[in-house]
Amino acid sequence: MGAPKGIAGRALGNRSLMAGVILLLLIIVLAVLAPWISPYDPNDQDAIASLGAPNAEHWFGTDFFGRDVLSRVIWGARVSLFVGAVSTAISMLLGGAIGILSGYVGGRFDQAVMAVMDVLLSFPQLIMGLIIVALLGANLSDLILAIAITAVPPFARVARGPTLSLKERDFVEAGRALGFSNLRIMLVHILPNVLDDLIVMGSLWLATAIRTEASLSFIGLGLPPPTATWGSIIREGFENLLDAPWLAVFPSLAVLLVMLALNMIGDGLRDATDPKAAVS
Amino acid sequence: MLRFVALRLVMALPTLWAVLTLVFVLVRIVPGDPALVILGDQATEQALVALRHRMGLDVPLWDQYLQFMGAVLRGDLGISMVRNRPVWGEVALELTFVGILLGVVMGLPLGVLAAQHRGGWIDAVARWTSLLGLSFPAFISGILMLLLLAVELPWFPVIGNAPFANPPAHFRALVLPALNLGFIMVAYVARVTRSGMLASLSEDYIRTARAKGVPARLVVWRHALRNALIPVVTVVGLYFGILIGNSVLTEIVFNRPGLGKLIVGALNDRDYTMLQGLMVIYALVVVVANLATDLAYGAVDPRIRVR
Repeated sequence: MGAPKGIAGRALGNRSLMAGVILLLLIIVLAVLAPWISPYDPNDQDAIASLGAPNAEHWFGTDFFGRDVLSRVIWGARVSLFVGAVSTAISMLLGGAIGILSGYVGGRFDQAVMAVMDVLLSFPQLIMGLIIVALLGANLSDLILAIAITAVPPFARVARGPTLSLKERDFVEAGRALGFSNLRIMLVHILPNVLDDLIVMGSLWLATAIRTEASLSFIGLGLPPPTATWGSIIREGFENLLDAPWLAVFPSLAVLLVMLALNMIGDGLRDATDPKAAVS
Repeated sequence: MLRFVALRLVMALPTLWAVLTLVFVLVRIVPGDPALVILGDQATEQALVALRHRMGLDVPLWDQYLQFMGAVLRGDLGISMVRNRPVWGEVALELTFVGILLGVVMGLPLGVLAAQHRGGWIDAVARWTSLLGLSFPAFISGILMLLLLAVELPWFPVIGNAPFANPPAHFRALVLPALNLGFIMVAYVARVTRSGMLASLSEDYIRTARAKGVPARLVVWRHALRNALIPVVTVVGLYFGILIGNSVLTEIVFNRPGLGKLIVGALNDRDYTMLQGLMVIYALVVVVANLATDLAYGAVDPRIRVR
């Protein structure tokens, strides 16, 4: 054993975490650079090239309309990452606010809020997403909202727990004695102490949000065509599985890579914060 | 123990009531007139009125609500507006339960062995299995399995369903979808079992048991595992909702008639009764799973029962 390292030191030394970060950065760069690096326009149709196998011109083959699958997969990354990141941010904000408020106010109010959260949790997340999308419609902002809503209860719980004990602590008491407003105590004194938990939860939830977006568009309730999303390309591939397996396989690998990257980051963060669980 | 069970049952009732009310409200806010969806744009006003009447949509909302609650209490989920068949007849949870069973049966030993041989090859296997299982969206692992084991190597039927009356075909068709669900569950169970076992294996009472000469096998599988089971029970309970979502996707991939196809169809057809009934069933399953989780805590750890 060398000198004890801090969390940052352990994180840097964690190979799985670093591999995950590099992989994710690579995918983000590809998504951002999509207009410049994708070989074709993702919506350019070419009837002659319908369901073409991978070749030198189309590395990932072409879909039913003769569109280049590689270009569509690259553009699909933008949708997946954007929807995932924005919806996670919204649910973190909303859930965090509800959780802190509920825990801080306490009493009947807290009980009522948590009961509502429990009821919302009684519906399987994907089913809830399906119904909200059906309610709201499937444009970008409504899809993001639907995925965000399903994640509010878990975030509220994560924020409420520590708030309950924090509000009994001396520094909060001191703040009250000094005449600080409740809002100021919640934002300046409680929020920073809850933030760590929220961020760890957020990094885990990002994978779930991206998975939900892909699942919804695989079911046919995602963004309407011709927008390229990973889920919708996989759906087309699934319908042509026997004739054109590449159509399903390449976007599937893309989703898998993002999930692996996020989970490796999540595992690495957990090991860095809790060295006891690490392998060696 | 009996008092504990009764108490938990009573505590589940308000949640159940709120869930049912939410289902009723949610289903009514779905935009679109069901009569119009069923009959189409060309329908006459008369036909629309008649159908609304037949579906009970022309009475005041609170009346619909009371009728709905009364029917659910009697265990009657109604008759699908569009399919004209009882909603109950369409429910199939076989796949979900087989998935959970596979997950626990394979995940527990994997987690225990991984903790016992920490850093060894079996630990690496467990680690990769968990990583992959947590990473795969259910429809993607399903499609890849289908491609590999039903198309490339024709070991299993492409369509994952066969009538119950034909047991061998029925079970052969169940294998791939069940493995698909089980694989993801194994990931969750193995991971939690491993970390639970690592924690309990370093406890003092384990050292005591070893010191007084209790055989190693007994120490690991009885003394340590018992304590590690509590987080496992939590995970199985918590992930029941996710598991249901995954079975919806698995059913679609393996073309099994089931809740997944039904709910998507019901949403498209504005089939209120079907949608309502399906959501009641989903919510009921999750509430019962939570209840079962609490009861399992009581069974694993007698201290919880006392409170």
